Parts: sequence; C-alpha cells; structure tokens
Amino acid sequence: MQVSMTVNGQSRTDDVEPRLLLVHYLREVVGLRATNIGCDTTSCGACTVIVDGLTVKSCTVLAAQADGSEVTTLEGLSGKDGAMHPVPAAFHSEHGLQCGFCTPGMVMASIGLLKDNPHPTDREVREGLEGNLCRCTGYHNIVKAVLKAAEAGAAAGTVGASEVSA
Amino acid sequence: MIPSNFEFVRAGSVDEALSALTEHGDEAKLIAGGHSLLPLMKLRLAVPGVLIDVARLTDLSYVKVDGDEVAIGATTRHFELNTSQVAKDEVPLLAHVAGLVGDPQVRHRGTIGGTVAHADSASDVPTALLALDAKLIAQGPKGKREIAIADFYLGFFETVLEPDEMLVEVRVPKLGSSVGWGYEKFVRRENDWPIVAVAAVDGKVAMANMAGTVIRASATEQALSSGASIEDAAASAAEGTSPSSDMHADADYRQHLARLLTKRALHTAASA
Repeated sequence: MQVSMTVNGQSRTDDVEPRLLLVHYLREVVGLRATNIGCDTTSCGACTVIVDGLTVKSCTVLAAQADGSEVTTLEGLSGKDGAMHPVPAAFHSEHGLQCGFCTPGMVMASIGLLKDNPHPTDREVREGLEGNLCRCTGYHNIVKAVLKAAEAGAAAGTVGASEVSA
Repeated sequence: MIPSNFEFVRAGSVDEALSALTEHGDEAKLIAGGHSLLPLMKLRLAVPGVLIDVARLTDLSYVKVDGDEVAIGATTRHFELNTSQVAKDEVPLLAHVAGLVGDPQVRHRGTIGGTVAHADSASDVPTALLALDAKLIAQGPKGKREIAIADFYLGFFETVLEPDEMLVEVRVPKLGSSVGWGYEKFVRRENDWPIVAVAAVDGKVAMANMAGTVIRASATEQALSSGASIEDAAASAAEGTSPSSDMHADADYRQHLARLLTKRALHTAASA
C-alpha cells in the first residue's frame, strides 16, 4: 500500500507492506538510523519519535497509521544553520549519556516533556521520562540535561516550525 | 518482531468501519491506537487478516457534558482524557486514571474505546469505568445499543460486542468534585500494567487483575452500605475472587493486595 508523510520537513510517498512498523520505515525505507530499536515491546522508549506533535514509540505504530502525518526524528532537530537544538546540546554539555543507545529516544521524549512543562522540577522530569529506559542507569545526568535544556525556554520544547506535546 | 501479513483498511466514517466489519467478519479487527493490539500481533498471539483503522474518526474524539452525564467518544486518547478540563471537573477519578495508563508515549496513542473493547482485566481505565457504572454505546448495522459495563465483559479478552459492532461512546455520571474517590495501583515499574489496582468512588469498589475480567468488590460494597468501617469492609475485598498466579504475584499475594489497596482507596475517597 502507499503511504505519504512528511519526515523531518520533507514529504515523501512510499509503497510499503501494511505490516511495516514506523521504526522500520524510518530506518530502512527513509534511511534515518538515529532512531533505535531497543526492546521492541513498547517498554524502553529508544524508538521515540514525534508524530503530529506527540511523542510516540515507533516500534508500536504502523507506517500505515502514520500516513498523512508529520514525523520528526533526531535527525530533524538541527536548525538550517546546523545549530544544535537545545535538548541534544544539553545532553552534550551535561554528559546525559553513557553508551548512548537510549539517547535518541530520551532526547525526543524530553522535547515532548518540555513542551508540556517548560519549567519542570527534578521529579517532574523523572516522571515525564517514565517511558524511557537507560540500561546504563545513567539517569542523573539525563535529568540534569533536561533541566539545563529548560533554561533555553520555549525553543527546548519545539521542533522546527511545529510545537510538540508530551 | 514483525506482525503476520494483513490487509489494512482505513475507515473514513463509522459506517465505513461497520461495513468493513460486516464484509470481513471474524477475520477483521478494529485498530485505534493499537497499543494493546500491535504488541499481540508482533508476538503472533493475534493474527487478524484485516485491520480496520478507526483512529482517524476524529468525530468520535470528545469529552463533553451531556445532561447529567459525561460523554466520551471512543477514539479519545488517554492523554486527551487526562488533560480534559471537563473530565477533571466532572469525573476526576477517570481523568486521573487515564494519566496512569502506560507512559506519555502510550497515552498519546491509546484510546478509551480501545482499552474498553480490548477487555484485558489488568486495565486501569475499565477498572475506573466499572466503579463509575459506565454505560457503553455500541453501534452496529441495526443501529446503536447501550450496554452497562457490568454486563459488557464475558471473560479475558471477551466482550458482548458482536463481530459487526463497534464501541462509539462511553458515558459516566457527572459527579463533580465533591464526591470522594481513590485509585490505588500496585506496579513494579511505573509504566507497567497493574499487578492489582482498586478504584473506589461513591461507595463502589472495582478491581483490576483479580479475575478474568475487571470485577466489583461486592462483599466490600455490601459491608459499606450496611455501615461497616473502612477497615472491616476492605477486609472482605478478596472474597469470592480467584486471581491468577504469575511471575509478578501469586494468588494469595494478589488477594492481600486487593484488601490493602481497597482500604487505601476507600480512605482516600473518604478524606475528600
């Protein structure tokens, strides 16, 4: 079947099997491999992307369900001038990663969290990231990174032109 | 993990969804958020030949006051119910419980109609709806019918919905903010299904994961209505239940949780 969607600002149409998962579509058809497949069971959040302004786990969404949607992955965060988005920039400065496998999902989930709650407390960050697991257990610096990113204001909860919601 | 092959039909209206259901019969499953169905399909525990996508029926996405009830459209997502001012004001138990389903990403996809019709006895929202005596509106080729949630569940993953019917609306009484309520959910990880959960509101108590369906704690309710203390009423919460044993908890421990969580939920409800 045919699916059309806008991925990181570029619209495209592809012929896919109905059973193709969005994460496989993004990685294998579109060729964007930042989005990781972790548990593949809706638990770990490594595959989190933003669909029509909402964070979702792309291992549990069919590409067919995302037809007509606007999808943003980690690759879509950089500005036209190559400037780093405030959230990955804060993960960098606060060393919010160890092995880095969960990072793409953590970054996308954090953007959603900051859209809904631009000035979260430490506890609210931890609760807002309940759907994302770090198997290195590197949570403290991840939380620090999200709190640091919040200092950037509204830009931290925004991707490109579209706002997102956690 | 990749699901088995299926045909994907996108419904543009309830009528289109119903005629696809009629055409494909037992082969077909409705999919809204898909956050219960797709994991089962990836494990090949569910192998529908046809998926009928109803997520785009946005005319079924609403939370509104209708007379002395709150009406919630079947495709309303958990996060919409959780953040709805109408739900917070008129049926705060339900708004709260919608915010406990899974995690933010799951709540962005899952719908009230999906979780009710999926009929997993460990589900949060159906537990709250059972305590609220919700009415469910099903639509089929012959029109709409109303089903009391107490009559809706037949067993694990089994409801009275006919193969050519879909759930279109959930209705709960408008309680306002003065009626006390409590919800207690016991989990090992924050975003898990409840090992046991208890909803208490207005003298009614419902439990998740204590049987093949969500159930009412009838003995507790009777004790409460005859004037028993919360402690005494909660002590009979597990009466007549035969919960399953699994890696998370054995049956005895679930019964203990039922009594404990019922006591806590009733205390919370009484302190409002």
